Amino acid sequence: MTYFTEANARTAAEVIANYPRPRSAIIPLLHLAQEQEGWVTRDAMVEIAELTGATPAEILGTGSFYEMFKFHPVGRYVVNVCTNISCQLLGGEELLHHVEESLGVHAGGTTDDGMFTVEDVECVAACTEAPCFTVNYRYFHRADPDTFDAVVDDLRSGRSPLARGAQGDDGHVPAHGTLGRLRQHVPDDRRAGVVPPEEAGEAPVWLRPAPATAGDSDG
Amino acid sequence: MAEPTTVHPAGMDYVPHAAGFVANEGPKLLTSRFPYEDSYTLDRALATGAYVGLKSALGRAPDDVHAEVREATLLGRGGAGFPAGVKWGFCPEGVWPRYLVVNGDESEPGTYKDRLLMERDPHQLIEGCLIACYALGLSQCFLYVRGEMALAQERLATALNDAYAAGYVGRNICDTDFSVDITLHWGAGAYIVGEETALIESLEGNRGMPRLKPPYFPAAIGLYGKPTIVNNVETLANLPWILEHGAAAYKGYGSEASPGTRLFAISGHVVRPGVYEVEQGVTTFRNLFYGDNFCRGIRDGNDLKAFIPGGASAPWFFEEQLDLPIEARDVGAAGSMLGSGAMVVMDHTTDIVKACLRVVRFFARESCGKCSPCREGTSWEEKILERILDGHGRPADLDLLLDIGENISPGPYPVAAHGSEGLDAVPFPPRQTTICPLGPSSVAPITSALRRFRSEFEARITRRDSLSVQAAPVAEGAPA
Repeated sequence: MTYFTEANARTAAEVIANYPRPRSAIIPLLHLAQEQEGWVTRDAMVEIAELTGATPAEILGTGSFYEMFKFHPVGRYVVNVCTNISCQLLGGEELLHHVEESLGVHAGGTTDDGMFTVEDVECVAACTEAPCFTVNYRYFHRADPDTFDAVVDDLRSGRSPLARGAQGDDGHVPAHGTLGRLRQHVPDDRRAGVVPPEEAGEAPVWLRPAPATAGDSDG
Repeated sequence: MAEPTTVHPAGMDYVPHAAGFVANEGPKLLTSRFPYEDSYTLDRALATGAYVGLKSALGRAPDDVHAEVREATLLGRGGAGFPAGVKWGFCPEGVWPRYLVVNGDESEPGTYKDRLLMERDPHQLIEGCLIACYALGLSQCFLYVRGEMALAQERLATALNDAYAAGYVGRNICDTDFSVDITLHWGAGAYIVGEETALIESLEGNRGMPRLKPPYFPAAIGLYGKPTIVNNVETLANLPWILEHGAAAYKGYGSEASPGTRLFAISGHVVRPGVYEVEQGVTTFRNLFYGDNFCRGIRDGNDLKAFIPGGASAPWFFEEQLDLPIEARDVGAAGSMLGSGAMVVMDHTTDIVKACLRVVRFFARESCGKCSPCREGTSWEEKILERILDGHGRPADLDLLLDIGENISPGPYPVAAHGSEGLDAVPFPPRQTTICPLGPSSVAPITSALRRFRSEFEARITRRDSLSVQAAPVAEGAPA
């Protein structure tokens, strides 16, 4: 039984190849599993364990430490409202209250239609732009209840709300699980190559006696 | 709670596509590309001097590059402020391979600068990583970016793909024998992973719990047990400028002890909150909060009640500390820290008990659970503050809070001088009974707020009449 789709299995192999030890790919692969299904299933953990040489229990052990991984289904859009100090000072808790009231769920809950999960979160690094919330980790700065209502309207109507974000992000908001809409790809002919810790030979070539010479350096 | 009344910083110096960044007057060593809307593209970066510092470095011996960085006295921008050039020197001789781990797990409440640096100028960061790898012979770079920062991930992924294609990253960089891969790594939501040994644990695929010290620096034993340099995003973003212009020019900015500029996020009850690039050591908190070139005063002309000078882990400052220079040494002696460059301003309308609880709750939620004093202590602190706020506080609770603090951080806890009470400052840092500073940090808001505003806590505890069931007053002359 395989969990990952053919395309995602290729991505998984590429991700693992980026690390000197496959276990380092556990967190990236948990993200990939979440991208495929919106949350991390048991089958996903079994397959990630096989791919990284860990046990399924170890995958759960690692994954459950991190807030972004969901081990049960969540809404298509996960709304994170920051209530930490900078946002609290400017109405973050009131904003969370509005979000809960208007969607009819408490923080931690998901709307009946499976569209929205609400979370009361810690600082998301937008402190000067308080209060703020994110939808699937896309930022909305200096938000008030009207901003939130408009974003919900957009999403329910199939429009992108990102123009209401204040940071030059555009395009669409992907469904929960897809973090980056594109990935790093290292072409084989450009790859320097991972150096496993066991192969602790000598210093890298540019540190050996003759110094590197820059092609077009004038400095 | 009052309605939000901050003035939206519209105007020429507000950069809408880099929300929060204020292009005010002053040297811009780190943010020079921010005003360009396409600042994150390789084309714009190359048109504005990207990779010039790298080429300058590649024309010199690696040891020379290290010496230049040491000479620049580049202080780490993640929180501890340790000189990067010195930290780099802790790699043991003859042990290979060595790795670079970039700490982009920005999560300290109040802190907003690494996300901007990654979203707005990813090539500057990539160039900084390359310079560090070249100087120290690091075989691979892992760019650990906080999971919640989706746009930063995308911008860095695009920048890396472009830089690989253009020959700036990967095999035979700029046609030299310098070859290194930079691997973009997504975090997944855990504040504690900002601690460098926890970051390494996370990168090895484990729960992000800090490692027991010693060794104190992963430069000795780090990723996969090998020498590992862990540097903050902003620290590395300084390297291209330093290599292009030299350590002497860098030291032309800022003070002797803290050269260069820093990004400070100033949030809370100021008229113009924002991310400012500030010369270190040459200005004061007062100028940052009230100056026309910076935050332009407290909202609505209100009075300052308290401010956090360096992120949620920093003990709080007050009116008396406004004229301190923005200088790590002075701020430390005064009882706090500049930390991660995060200042939070609270005006006189602030409910101090509520603010204190919110900061404490953060540490309670984010404690990794490895050390008992922190795991138990932070949640006790949270529970006690919650009951005080809910009107169920007990008279002994305030001393109990301080006693719990004493268990996490024994001895006098760092605090600011309190002029009217004749109390002196206790210098930073706090002592700890824990492996990392997270637990001790939870004590900062408690000791800071209690020492200054004890009466506000007491009022919450003694004012119980609204909650207790009282007999109706007996009318005079009524039958007994």
